[in-house]
Amino acid sequence: MKLNERSLAFYATCDSPADNAGFLYKRGERHTAYHRRWFVLKGNMLFYFEERDSREPVGVIVLEGCNVELCDSAEGFAFAIRFGGTKSRTYVLAAESQAAMESWVKSLSRASFDYMRLVVRELEKQLQEMTRGLAGGCGGSREPPGPWKPKPSGLEQSRERLPALPAVPPKENGCAVWNNVPGADRPPDASGCGGHDEERSPRPPPLPPRRRVSNGEAASAGAAVAESPSAFCRLHEQYSREVARLRQDWQQRRRGPRP
Amino acid sequence: MRYNERELLSLARQPAEKAAEIRMSVPKKGSVLKKRLVKLVVNFLFYFRTDEAEPIGALLLEHCKITKEEENVFSISFIEEPERKYCFQCATEEQCQEWVEALKRASYEFLRRSLIFYRNEIQKMTGKDPLEQYGISEEARFQLGAHRL
Repeated sequence: MKLNERSLAFYATCDSPADNAGFLYKRGERHTAYHRRWFVLKGNMLFYFEERDSREPVGVIVLEGCNVELCDSAEGFAFAIRFGGTKSRTYVLAAESQAAMESWVKSLSRASFDYMRLVVRELEKQLQEMTRGLAGGCGGSREPPGPWKPKPSGLEQSRERLPALPAVPPKENGCAVWNNVPGADRPPDASGCGGHDEERSPRPPPLPPRRRVSNGEAASAGAAVAESPSAFCRLHEQYSREVARLRQDWQQRRRGPRP
Repeated sequence: MRYNERELLSLARQPAEKAAEIRMSVPKKGSVLKKRLVKLVVNFLFYFRTDEAEPIGALLLEHCKITKEEENVFSISFIEEPERKYCFQCATEEQCQEWVEALKRASYEFLRRSLIFYRNEIQKMTGKDPLEQYGISEEARFQLGAHRL
């Protein structure tokens, strides 16, 4: 599969802010020797360079759908990036200090696009509710189907008019609408869209990564995103619990004998 | 550049935000428009031959420019090489507009900017940081200014 590698390399090296950067030891795929590499995390892409000032990354790990775990290793401060597939490779990395390891595990755990999207949707909803409240109650005001714009009202005129927010078409259940689900309520689309996808049968929209649970919970968790802040809190709680559990792990290991 | 192809292929099989058959050309000499299945999943645009399960290629949609070209046509180019364009000819103008809108919002960096915007707006209105209750206020990725590491 071709990838726009030149653009990827540019993304890795340009001066857009990195979400984390530093030296890590990366275990090789076949040979278990560790190699020290300079890692740069941007969004859901983890780039690694031979040297800190290398002009181009040696490689990149697409982090979407991964799990981050601590692991036992002769090398201290080690953690792993795992994926769900049967034959997928596990990336074993080791930091040079406890603090660095904690920092990396935290930032990698929340690096997915799905997670970012979850947080954005939640805040967007909060802001919409707040603004609707300010505009003096509901009185026949439905959420407009198209790009959301603040409704003019006496209350609003007295304060700075909110700029038009990035337009987001309403999603049926808070997750991405899958275009080719027949009969699903989706934004009006040209006839050319959908129906030709290679997918065999409709499935529920993807969960935020790592929530590979039974179908029932998956569907309801996905559907719950739009329902209320408590659903988001619940999902977020799950993320936090993972980080808290990892934290506990680290602390126990520190107290115990060194691995 | 090495990358975890298996995971990317797996991502390509996931339900898409948007998927359609669109005629597409790549920025190569002599390239012509060919019918492809084009699929947007998170910040990747995958493109397939219409009868194949595995994509021909994937475009990471960061630091890219989506341009409405002539009727029914839009293009994707990347800021470091603005003259190299991936062109897409849609069936209708409406479909074209929808894709332009969707692709402009498809990057992780766009999401990040949106988040910072909403966070600021909510903070201005309520005096409280909405990320605090989730314990993520201090995370680097949610900060306003450019931070170099």
